[in-house]
Amino acid sequence: MAFISPPPLAETKLPDANGAGVPHRAVCFGPDKPLVTDGGRVIAPLTISYETYGELNAARSNAILLCHALTGDQYAAGVHPVTKKPGWWDVLVGAGRPFDTDRFFVICTNVVGGCMGSTGPASINPATGRAYGLDFPVVTIRDMVRAQAMLIDHFGIDTLFCVAGGSMGGMQALQWAASFPERVFTTMSIAAAHRHSSQNIAFNEVGRQAVMADPDWRGGRYLDQGVRPEKGLAVARMAAHITYLSEQALTRKFGRKLQERAAPTFSFDADFQIESYLRYQGVSFVERFDANSYLFVTRACDYFDLAADYDGSLAKAFQGSKTRFCVVSFTSDWLYPTSASRAIVHALNAAGASVSFVEIESDKGHDAFLLYEPDFFATMRGFLASAAKARGLPEAIANPTRPSS
Amino acid sequence: MTKEFTFAPERFDLSVVADMVEAKSRVLDVGCGDGLLLQLLASRKEVDGRGVELSQRGVNDCVAKGLSVIQGDADTDLRDYPEDSFDYVILSQTLQATRRPRVVLEHMLRIGRRAIVSFPNFGHWRVRAQLLLGGRMPKSVNSDCGWYDTPNIHLCTIKDFVALPDELGAEIEQAVALDRAGAPIPFMSVGRAMNFFGAQAIFLLERARAPQHKSADDM
Repeated sequence: MAFISPPPLAETKLPDANGAGVPHRAVCFGPDKPLVTDGGRVIAPLTISYETYGELNAARSNAILLCHALTGDQYAAGVHPVTKKPGWWDVLVGAGRPFDTDRFFVICTNVVGGCMGSTGPASINPATGRAYGLDFPVVTIRDMVRAQAMLIDHFGIDTLFCVAGGSMGGMQALQWAASFPERVFTTMSIAAAHRHSSQNIAFNEVGRQAVMADPDWRGGRYLDQGVRPEKGLAVARMAAHITYLSEQALTRKFGRKLQERAAPTFSFDADFQIESYLRYQGVSFVERFDANSYLFVTRACDYFDLAADYDGSLAKAFQGSKTRFCVVSFTSDWLYPTSASRAIVHALNAAGASVSFVEIESDKGHDAFLLYEPDFFATMRGFLASAAKARGLPEAIANPTRPSS
Repeated sequence: MTKEFTFAPERFDLSVVADMVEAKSRVLDVGCGDGLLLQLLASRKEVDGRGVELSQRGVNDCVAKGLSVIQGDADTDLRDYPEDSFDYVILSQTLQATRRPRVVLEHMLRIGRRAIVSFPNFGHWRVRAQLLLGGRMPKSVNSDCGWYDTPNIHLCTIKDFVALPDELGAEIEQAVALDRAGAPIPFMSVGRAMNFFGAQAIFLLERARAPQHKSADDM
């Protein structure tokens, strides 16, 4: 199959999970540039969809790569074209914000295996003409990073000023630092871990089983049959969502309050506000996310174990690294608790790497990394400002250019 | 540097410490507080500085200033640092608050070839006078806390301290006594006069040989 090299930054119409055409910016890599996965399979052709904010400077030294979390996508800022809501890190990305788009070129991609334009289980398999479904190769965090590196190469960027992400995005950031130490000037790992605990895997497994238990999942071939396992995916999302919150916040926001009624109805309606809230979370999630993608992306998180790739020593992963690290955790995050971040810091110290580690006092649980917390923002600003100075980046971009192909 | 760093002028003690450090060296500041010393060292001596601080508030402030600081406890976390990973390890006004000062110093001299330690001198004439005449623990030593609240649990005199480096396999390269305002007292070498007139002391130790008796490093 011959591929015409697409114009850079042109909008490419790609179907989203629901088959309706939603334009996403993307680069298609032809069969001459395959992605060889850790599982020993090949993904070619490979499409990476992305979004950018700000301008690349002439020296191509001001690029920041943001990595999204489990159910995120490339729309880190601005308005999401499908949900019409602000991007997942809109609070942090923009003019004058910590990821200052007047100063930096901010890139965010959709991970391979995702469903917002990058090649994933909902994409058409060229061999069969139908969606990949479970034929899609099981990808790892390292595979996701490899794909991102292909895009960064395509932009002609040698070294990234910063790779940053929260949760699964933090895992990708750490993988970047381990896989491409010379290409990363700073790495920010926020509310993340270097591997999943048994509890983490357990919660993901519950989510996967919920999807697969839905009769409309059809062994993963639901797109061919014009159905979607909405109920199963909604339940998976409800369970996961609880892990993103803290008990204090749930008590504070919902408690035992009833949803628009004076007394319990003695039925299985959503009597409590928390029930109504979770049902809403589930229903709105299925409108933008593909069920099979959920299986693949949670799998990647469960398989991630940075130390295992280095004889069981996480310090070895960062040995000799000149990258500056910033590790952030949140006090009420029980999904990726402070102890997980401490283990990363411990390893970085042992490797002699430059690391700042901050634990932010917050009652918003794991989700705090998506929200405004003054100390969190001050940390980001301070770390990035100091790093930018060390890199010799000017306060504002002098002669910005668009990256050429 | 676009802006010359100016620090609080009353912190003479930090200035003395900064003078002891060679330019462009790697420094670990244990108990770095607000990061003032690290900022001074970066500005004046272009050091590659890192910090460890117990208070999370202090750490957050430091990182917000762009310093490379992590939250940690001098008593338990120094063993995570590899040998010879720094040129200097600094412990400012913290020794008396550690639970195991000797172990802390051992780690410091393992991690860095040189250690800089500053501490309040319990042998200062004012302290002796308050105990002798007033019969009470001096306020200057216990800071504003009562004797039951003070973090200062391992007080010593300069004379007490100078016996230790030899046991740690280190030599005293430099010793400076400071008055109550923190200004260095000139022409004062280690001896009885320093023990009497020095309100604080700053010692620059250098690793010379293996320590005599290693204390049990169980945590």
